[in-house]
Amino acid sequence: MAKVEEILLETPVDKKTLKKLEAGDMIRINGTIFTFRDKAHQKAIEFYKRKKKLPVDLNNAVIIHCGPIAKKTKEGWKIFSAGPTTSMRMEKLEEGFIKYSNISVIIGKGGMGESTAKACRKFNVVYCTFPGGSGALAASYIKKVKDVFWLEELGMPEALWVFEVENFGPLIVTIDIRGRNLTEEIKVRAKERISSYIK
Amino acid sequence: MKLKELEELIFELIKKVETNLPEEVVSEIKKAKNREKTETGKKILESILQNIEIARETKKPICQDTGTLTFFIQMGSEFPLRDKLKKALLNAVEKATKEVPLRSNTVDPITNKNTGNNIGNYIPYIDLEITNGRDCEITLLAKGGGSENMSKLKMFNPTDSLDDIKKFVVNHIVEAAGKPCPPTIVGVGIGGTSDLALKIAKKALLRPLGERHSDKTVSKLEKEIIELANKSGIGPMGLGGKTTVLDVHIEIGHRHPASLPVGVVMQCWAHRYGKVKIYGDGRVEWPR
Repeated sequence: MAKVEEILLETPVDKKTLKKLEAGDMIRINGTIFTFRDKAHQKAIEFYKRKKKLPVDLNNAVIIHCGPIAKKTKEGWKIFSAGPTTSMRMEKLEEGFIKYSNISVIIGKGGMGESTAKACRKFNVVYCTFPGGSGALAASYIKKVKDVFWLEELGMPEALWVFEVENFGPLIVTIDIRGRNLTEEIKVRAKERISSYIK
Repeated sequence: MKLKELEELIFELIKKVETNLPEEVVSEIKKAKNREKTETGKKILESILQNIEIARETKKPICQDTGTLTFFIQMGSEFPLRDKLKKALLNAVEKATKEVPLRSNTVDPITNKNTGNNIGNYIPYIDLEITNGRDCEITLLAKGGGSENMSKLKMFNPTDSLDDIKKFVVNHIVEAAGKPCPPTIVGVGIGGTSDLALKIAKKALLRPLGERHSDKTVSKLEKEIIELANKSGIGPMGLGGKTTVLDVHIEIGHRHPASLPVGVVMQCWAHRYGKVKIYGDGRVEWPR
């Protein structure tokens, strides 16, 4: 049974901590998160394949599928809006990314498929949903832009941003380390329901 | 009115649309939150409402995907600024990208280069309808990639029934599940040509929430799709719950005897749209 209260996790997130999390639980994150969208996933996998060193340490890290709106000011980068993008676009890349990077938590929205769920089970990773479209809310939890990489090459949305966050959430565990996949379960049930209503 | 003033008005429209969600949409999300029984569904809708407040107060974009800017314009053939309108629109889009700021969502499909200013081939999307008189009404719809990717077209056989169409739309809503950021607003275009079916589906999104089509049969079909979609249990962000759609709007167009196209266009809960009306004598109105 999913717990109602929110669990606060500090980054990097130990894999042992993930054991107590079940699909449907709510968590929040304190510490560092890294943005990885389509292109950054591809680029990171290329780096790993060529045994090149990534500019960031992803061991037990938290990543977010996100392309923020950022603006450079005198005081440094300012984030205006930074919610998650549709995770399913990363489905064909996520398994490889998980295998190479040893990350602990993925934040996105819309849910992910079978291959990610399998990788979550095999490599002890949880996938969480942040309420989609809530970019201003997400930005309010970002305390600092610690760094940005690949900005010139990939552009603002696709670059690898490093954020310092406080109480980042709510994050709903959507795939747990047992590979239980909430959005898939709900979709299967919805299809059954609908086919019983419309013949 | 000069070019600069017209540009400023369109800039204001973009800024308002991107940072301040129409009250009717907010009120539907509040109703959905009160109906919701699941903890996750309630939490998601609460966070969404909190996000709407933050965006309003801080004048920041509601969502980081500020979308493809889609302008539906009804311009009188004698509107005094007709020769300046296109320039004012483009200037306003460029300024909004820098100053609101918006994310630049204009990527060359061959080179993958982003123009950086939200201006490119055919973009911003401008739909111009010439009317009589001297006034001009500009409606802006900002639509993100996540919901746009869930658009669908099917060329039905003219002997297929309205039940077949209903099934197609409902199945699509279920198949799209959490991807278009539910609870969504769904536009359906029945008839016309293939491109028109999708275009009128998109235009249908602009009808006020809760308003039914004037035709009884169409209005009934809308209600049935709403009921079935919400019974599916997909719920907020596809994590389960009572509200999958905030509304379904159908528009109809006359079709070729051999064709029955049906277009479905989904808009996320962040249904960002707004209007400005500029009169020939320079008066400006901000209709709801």
